[in-house]
Amino acid sequence: MKSALSILAIGFFGVWQAASAADITGVITLKGAPPAETDLGSYIMGNPDCAAMYQGQKMPTTHFYVVGPDGGFADVVVSLKGVTGKSTGASAPPAVLDQKNCVYTPGILAIQTGQKLIVKNSDMCVHNVHSAPTVAGNAEHNDVQMPGGADLTYTFPKAEMFVKFECNVHPWMKAWVSVLDSPYFSVSDKDGKFVIKNVPPGKYTIEANHRKLGAQTQDVQVKDGDVTVNFTFEIK
Amino acid sequence: MNVKAQITNNPWLHRFAVLTAIITFLLLGVGGLVTSHEAGMSVPDWPTSYGYNMFALPIKFWKGGALFEHSHRLLASGAGFFTTVLAVWLWLKDSRKWMKWLGVTAFLLVVAQGVLGGLRVTLKMNNLGVIHGVVGQSFFILICAIALFTSRFWREWVAGGKTFLVSRGLWVFVLATTILIFCQLILGATMRGQHAGLAIPDFPTAYGKLWPDTSADAVARYNANRVEVISTNPITPFQIILQMAHRIVALAVFILVAVAAWLSWKRLGGKSPLAKLAAFWLGLIVCQIALGAWTVWSNKAADVATLHVLVGALSLVTGALWCIIAFGRREGAANLAPAKTISGAFGTSPAMAANK
Repeated sequence: MKSALSILAIGFFGVWQAASAADITGVITLKGAPPAETDLGSYIMGNPDCAAMYQGQKMPTTHFYVVGPDGGFADVVVSLKGVTGKSTGASAPPAVLDQKNCVYTPGILAIQTGQKLIVKNSDMCVHNVHSAPTVAGNAEHNDVQMPGGADLTYTFPKAEMFVKFECNVHPWMKAWVSVLDSPYFSVSDKDGKFVIKNVPPGKYTIEANHRKLGAQTQDVQVKDGDVTVNFTFEIK
Repeated sequence: MNVKAQITNNPWLHRFAVLTAIITFLLLGVGGLVTSHEAGMSVPDWPTSYGYNMFALPIKFWKGGALFEHSHRLLASGAGFFTTVLAVWLWLKDSRKWMKWLGVTAFLLVVAQGVLGGLRVTLKMNNLGVIHGVVGQSFFILICAIALFTSRFWREWVAGGKTFLVSRGLWVFVLATTILIFCQLILGATMRGQHAGLAIPDFPTAYGKLWPDTSADAVARYNANRVEVISTNPITPFQIILQMAHRIVALAVFILVAVAAWLSWKRLGGKSPLAKLAAFWLGLIVCQIALGAWTVWSNKAADVATLHVLVGALSLVTGALWCIIAFGRREGAANLAPAKTISGAFGTSPAMAANK
């Protein structure tokens, strides 16, 4: 009887918490003129396998500063700072990083600790997948992936921002994967918008982190309704 | 006993040693290309390559970074084979006991260097790459020294055919300069091992100044404005200071080698092989400084940076060979040449006239 009551109480608390959870939304903007991106054409044309994938097509560039027409700033990782041990990564659907046309897609990705990251090779050429984390506990990997080869799966047990993934066969191929120890994060889209869903009520510090421009924080309190937090990055 | 007769006259052994030195030099070049193209990890397995026997890797995989890394492995195997043959040849045919052991040392060093290169890949240890680069330079000195010791020039030199002495001061001065060049190569290898590209993008200024701002704000600004493609690690104040140290040491090396060349010319006479070698050394250093500047101006273009590594290796080995050649002719050394003396490190002496 006592244990049944406990289960009921926990269930009630969970439902109440889910019902009162709110979304944190916002827009990231970039002020100032970013440096021009570098055209990858000369690099890609130097490799016959990759050059063949771009016949008649526009060559890609680096994409360190992806800014929308209204100044919306993409590829900023927004998360709740200091929220740890809340990862649901083990049960979360896998995230996917694809190697297509000799470029990593997406270039910026965020996952949870323990969440599976599947790396695909959609190209008809060999790649090596070299991840280089720097936080103790996250292992460095370097695996060959043949064309049509099996997907590679990685997990990272420790939180770490911007783990570099690269292909050394095609050294312009880079991606950065941020690993967070909770499900409360988002990556800003091409318009700079982000949504962190289902945040339980409480006081938090929200952090916006861009690989080149570093991190900014704001304090935020989540109560009954959704909360809006905007960030402005500036390049000098 | 005639000294000249003690040294085996074996021109083919000498030619083989020279060939091994040339292969080693090419190997240093391809190794430089591997680092310049960030290709060191492009073939994740070793001693196999993509699971294949290294010598049977299908040609379709010889592309991009794998072309450089796999070529480096094959050339390293060639250098290993040639060094092994050289060591056996020296053991069997060279009459000098110390030369036999020098061959054994070369064999052990080439094996160690190969294992270091392999472990750098399989253990994913970046720092091993720096050690691998430095050991490679040391191995090149050793092979060049073996080529020197098996040459006709060396036999005549030891036999006293060329008669002059080098002041102890000048010898120590050149040795110190050579050690400084070795330190400079370690600095360069450490810079390349950071995989962060150019820590300072301009030359002769540094971020427009004589000494760059290395505050956290300034470094954050530098990183924000870099749009790097290959070497994407963010730069740090340490890397900026490292490159400044590399520039300062380069200037010091230039001054010291210029002084060494001038002293060699003045003291030993223009016809002396040591004076000629010192002049060649100075020429190399001038080229090396120009290549260093070009490396910066080209935003660390892979071929230019690699050429900079190669001329650095030649500069080091030239200084080392000068020291080796002059070793037995130091003032006060127990040498076989007719006695002539030069007093003082840099002072004048009557013997200078005899040297000329």
